[in-house]
Amino acid sequence: MSAYLIRRIGTSIIVVVGVSIFMFVLLHAIYPSPARAVLGLRAPQSTINAWNKANGYDDPLIVQYLHYMNQLLHGNLGWSYVENQSVLSLFTERLARSVYLSGISLIFAIVIAIPLGIFQAVRRNSIGDNVATSLAFILYSMPSFFLGLILIQVFALSIPIFSFEASQSTSIWTVMGDWNAMTLPIATLTLITVAAYSRYMRSSSMDVLAQDYIKVARAKGLPQRLVLLRHLVRNASLPMVTLIGLSLPILLAGNLITESLFNYQGLGLLFFESLQKVDYPVLLAYTLAGAVLVVIGNLIADVALTIADPRIRLA
Amino acid sequence: MAVTSSQAPLDIGRAPEGGEVGAIQSGWRLALREFMSNRLAVIGLAMLLFFVLFCFVGPLIYRTNQLSTNLIDANQPPSAAHLLGTDTDGFDNLGRIMKGGQAALEIGFFAAFVAITIGALYGAVCGLIGGIFDSTLMRIVDVFLSVPFLFVVLILAVKYGATVLSLSLVIGAFSWQVPARLVRGEVLTIRERDFVLAARTAGSGRWRLISRHLLPNAFGVVIVNVTFQVADAILAVAYVGFLGFGLHFPNVDWGDQLSDGLTYMQDGYWWLIYPVGACIVLTVMALNFIGDALRDSLDVRLRRR
Repeated sequence: MSAYLIRRIGTSIIVVVGVSIFMFVLLHAIYPSPARAVLGLRAPQSTINAWNKANGYDDPLIVQYLHYMNQLLHGNLGWSYVENQSVLSLFTERLARSVYLSGISLIFAIVIAIPLGIFQAVRRNSIGDNVATSLAFILYSMPSFFLGLILIQVFALSIPIFSFEASQSTSIWTVMGDWNAMTLPIATLTLITVAAYSRYMRSSSMDVLAQDYIKVARAKGLPQRLVLLRHLVRNASLPMVTLIGLSLPILLAGNLITESLFNYQGLGLLFFESLQKVDYPVLLAYTLAGAVLVVIGNLIADVALTIADPRIRLA
Repeated sequence: MAVTSSQAPLDIGRAPEGGEVGAIQSGWRLALREFMSNRLAVIGLAMLLFFVLFCFVGPLIYRTNQLSTNLIDANQPPSAAHLLGTDTDGFDNLGRIMKGGQAALEIGFFAAFVAITIGALYGAVCGLIGGIFDSTLMRIVDVFLSVPFLFVVLILAVKYGATVLSLSLVIGAFSWQVPARLVRGEVLTIRERDFVLAARTAGSGRWRLISRHLLPNAFGVVIVNVTFQVADAILAVAYVGFLGFGLHFPNVDWGDQLSDGLTYMQDGYWWLIYPVGACIVLTVMALNFIGDALRDSLDVRLRRR
């Protein structure tokens, strides 16, 4: 196990380094220096050259990369010249809000999708299954902003029970308590995720239901409830571990859309605003952080799966 | 792609080489029958055909002015003159949806083509050569899989301006990883089979092995993946457009139209929102139907093998 763990962590680190080189080179090619943003459009070329030299922007790319990574490892994510603020402080202001939105949506999605998928598999081809499958298919094919729009139309404009804008409070505790404002963004992200998860849960439950040990459990007279609880749920949920680990990019993208639609001051909205202001240090740090999260998500999912499922041979 | 060349009807007198598509045509015919007997598949295919006709032939029948704005006629509700009303610039909304759909479908198919071409060749080369070369190249795939797709597409769209060509290339360039993995996996199993050994013994070079034997036999997984790639690319364009970084005026894409409609939501201009939203959902759904059905019918073919 520990050998597997070390090897798995080793490849993850290699991938993270690879992603960081790739992202750095890509963004550097697009945007070599923030000198224009700092000095203004009318600054003469000589001033810009001097500024680049003073700030290390004319060093060879490899030196700049190593410098950036060194700073990164010391907790310095760069400086946003547009906001005149460190990227780290921009992130920390908003991190809790994004984590809350994604986290609670993910939890809701899991809590809804697992029982829903099992129900669909057990009552295969019933009306309930067909309705759920169709809905999941529609949601799965729907861009999250369109779902958000429909929810706003129905639950904020036609029947005004919820607010169409997310909570604007800077205190995470206020945000968490403000269900009137937070229900629609959370519902949007949750429903999109449920659509993806329940399809997998349904098919993995059907696979498990066809297994011999389910037949044995039924044959020995175990009531349906216990068959499902003891034998089905845990086995059918195993593929979900991997799926949840792999769905982090979807969650990040969903965050970006949901936050811009509901004007929720999280990291996704920060990315969106940085795109408009062409604030590259923020874009670089955010995409890098996203990539690292994806790698970590995969790593955790793999490790969790080997712990949860002893049948997996560690080759 | 190289795949199509080997699908030509067999000429008499030339015995099929083992493993060529022609030799297992009955398997494909079985897959086709299975596909056509799937109700959802036929519905999906019909829906996709409808949207292709709607977007590309529709403007020839339903002629509208999509070039100059007409602010006097802005935001008109549906009427006999404008079947789905007009938008903020006074463009006929139905004609606008057709125009946006052209962009969506063009980008969707072209991006999928780019992704599949890169991915299939990459995967085939990795699987065939194997060893340290393979494991190094697959780590590169891991790196690309970790790059947050939508974010990079957005950054590039902002910098280089969004056109049909640029969006297709960017989306394609960042979505070839999954087909590369799939094709590599297929190639790893196919290359151990006797007909590949026979072809090698007969002196086939690497390129011939890949183009005549490995890729055509990995065609199944590729074609399933293509449909999902098109669907994903159409969604990606919608996201880019919705966030305001899509095609430039007077060109338009569906996401762009939806975000314009959003401005007038409280005024109740439903015709600016729901028709175009439905178009996105139905097109993507049609592609997903087709993909799912193709996967199922491919299973039948594999079971026979």
